[in-house]
Amino acid sequence: MAEITYLEAIREALFEEMERDTNVFCLGEDIGQYGGAFKVTDGLLDRFGEARVIDTPISETGIVGAAAGAAHMGMRPIVEMQFIDFIASAYDMLTNYVATARYRAFLPCPMVVRGPSGGYVRGGPFHSQNPEAGFIHTPGLKVVYPSTAQDAKGLMKAAVRDDDCVLFFEHKYLYRRIKGEMPAGDHVVPIGKARTAREGKDLSIITYAATVWKALEAAETLEKEDGLSVEIVDLRSLAPLDDEAIQATARKTNRVLVVHEDTRTGGIAGEITARINETSFAWLDAPVLRVTAHDVPLPYAPQLEDFVLPQTADIVRAARTLAAY
Amino acid sequence: MPTGRRTPRRPATSGPATTARGSDTPSAALSAEQRLELYYWMRLTRTLEERLVALYRQTKVVGGLFRSLGQEADAVGSAFALERRDVLSPLIRNLGSMLVKGATPVEILRQYMAKGDSPTRGRELNIHFGDTERGFIGQISPLGDMVPVMAGVTLSFKMRGEDRVGLVYIGDGATSTGAFHEGINFAAVQRCPLVVVVENNGYAYSTPTSKQTAATRFVDKAIGYGIPGERADGNDVLAVYDVTRRAVDRARRGDGVSLVELMTYRRKGHAEHDNQSYVPDGEIERWERENDPITRYIARLRDEFDVADDDISSIDERVRREVDEATDVAERSGPPTALDGLIGIYAKPPAEKPLWYREGQDSAVSAHERPEGWGTFNASSKASS
Repeated sequence: MAEITYLEAIREALFEEMERDTNVFCLGEDIGQYGGAFKVTDGLLDRFGEARVIDTPISETGIVGAAAGAAHMGMRPIVEMQFIDFIASAYDMLTNYVATARYRAFLPCPMVVRGPSGGYVRGGPFHSQNPEAGFIHTPGLKVVYPSTAQDAKGLMKAAVRDDDCVLFFEHKYLYRRIKGEMPAGDHVVPIGKARTAREGKDLSIITYAATVWKALEAAETLEKEDGLSVEIVDLRSLAPLDDEAIQATARKTNRVLVVHEDTRTGGIAGEITARINETSFAWLDAPVLRVTAHDVPLPYAPQLEDFVLPQTADIVRAARTLAAY
Repeated sequence: MPTGRRTPRRPATSGPATTARGSDTPSAALSAEQRLELYYWMRLTRTLEERLVALYRQTKVVGGLFRSLGQEADAVGSAFALERRDVLSPLIRNLGSMLVKGATPVEILRQYMAKGDSPTRGRELNIHFGDTERGFIGQISPLGDMVPVMAGVTLSFKMRGEDRVGLVYIGDGATSTGAFHEGINFAAVQRCPLVVVVENNGYAYSTPTSKQTAATRFVDKAIGYGIPGERADGNDVLAVYDVTRRAVDRARRGDGVSLVELMTYRRKGHAEHDNQSYVPDGEIERWERENDPITRYIARLRDEFDVADDDISSIDERVRREVDEATDVAERSGPPTALDGLIGIYAKPPAEKPLWYREGQDSAVSAHERPEGWGTFNASSKASS
């Protein structure tokens, strides 16, 4: 079977889920006729018509709220944020309304909010963000952030079928750079399960999204130059986190580096570090270390963006420090 | 611009419609029974709230208490314009709308008293609950949010070709939110079968409408969304029914969204604790004296529809009995079990696990953790220790 890109994998999942269930529909800005800013929804309008592929006004609160209302009534909406940075405009609707609906009012809210996320693309402050931490902090929401084309498809299908709201972060740097061969049949990747991206025994790198690929590059270097065997855990799901996988790798290698592209303070790495501290302190041979973005809005110029974001060389350097501790 | 004391808000004595559309009067088709039913719902709303005040003063209401005194006609008349299969989204002053849609006094009382068998099992306050089967959706406190949500509810009706209409209430204050704008605009573009009812009761908490908008009439906002708008006297239950029913009929015909502005007045504070110090002298009393919706409706029932005093008083008696019985039932309900607080955040997993320091415990504290001295500084006990 031919390989397809991360972006095509997401599109394939949308097509398959809309074919499978007539309650599934898409709404967002410029997603219909134009096919979306990144063309993720290209072709959906022709196939499914404008009743199920809805071009909306520029109104993130309105779109997310409307999706919630339709979801209450049994529909399964998929909302596109043109850039995930704009999800901040729907923060109230997601955290106050959607996230609480099942708990406070027994109202199911099966919906997906998806959008291009992340940096390394010279997008500047409003086209590069990774706002996942604010949402994993909100009980009632699920958050996934795949790094591979297979997981992008499989997690999207799981997200559409989930009975709660799933925020689906798509890394735009990976959209057309990463390819994969899709498993045959109905390929669904369960939410809440991490993946071992590389087996190793000397130290663990826990990460997700684009930095999985940077960690893999770093692991090659560390193996060649230092003889280190690095294990890489790709979280895939950020809410819920796969505690079993985190605990297993920490207890296996006894040294853990957490890497993410998001900013440092209040980022998910802090949460993972705390969990390892609580469950596996006695197994550790070194403190859990972090490689993250610096705590600054993401700048535009290549020299600035490259300095602010975590790079492969940073991971190599931090891993060496950890191994030598 | 006025400064200092404001001109008292005067009761509207008639409800002029703002568009030519408002010529037919669907209320003329109401039966004598239905007209008495309208009275029943308004009386039930008021009596139930009076009972809640008594329970509040006995500290049996756990949180705040929100009244709709003086707004019963607006809530009841608008909800009465819907069919059973239709869906509405109430606000804090729409107890009457919820009762019309099938919420029961026992549910309301249990909800306010945070009982374990309340509609939200003790998770939410006051009348914040819903039931899609009966056709009302639980609101949340961030105002304006229900407009986009109801746009989506009615979008689903349109997508499935269902003969159903939605109605969403919004206060004068929340028309200032972005959510109101985004929701009504989205629904208008999609021609959703939705009625947006602006309840103009003069105040958003303490803020008068003059500080909420530079527009003189909320109904004029309809023009900006390309939808019809009508304004009516919100304290005349039949006028409320008429204006809402016309909008509901338009929605049902496939003519999309309408905006309805109901002119009313909030005679109590934002909640029971609010002393209304910001209200000009005499304003509340004047509305009570000249424009009480129940008093006005009784007069109409007698004068225009030949309803006998006995018919009115027998409804009053029935309502008292029902509220008494509901209170007895609700007071017998127990509190929620503490561990229920961890259930149902997601469909899967069905429950959160208690944190390790709570393992094996079925409650957090044996009594309220409120030792003497918390929140106050007791100088004499400090000095003697």
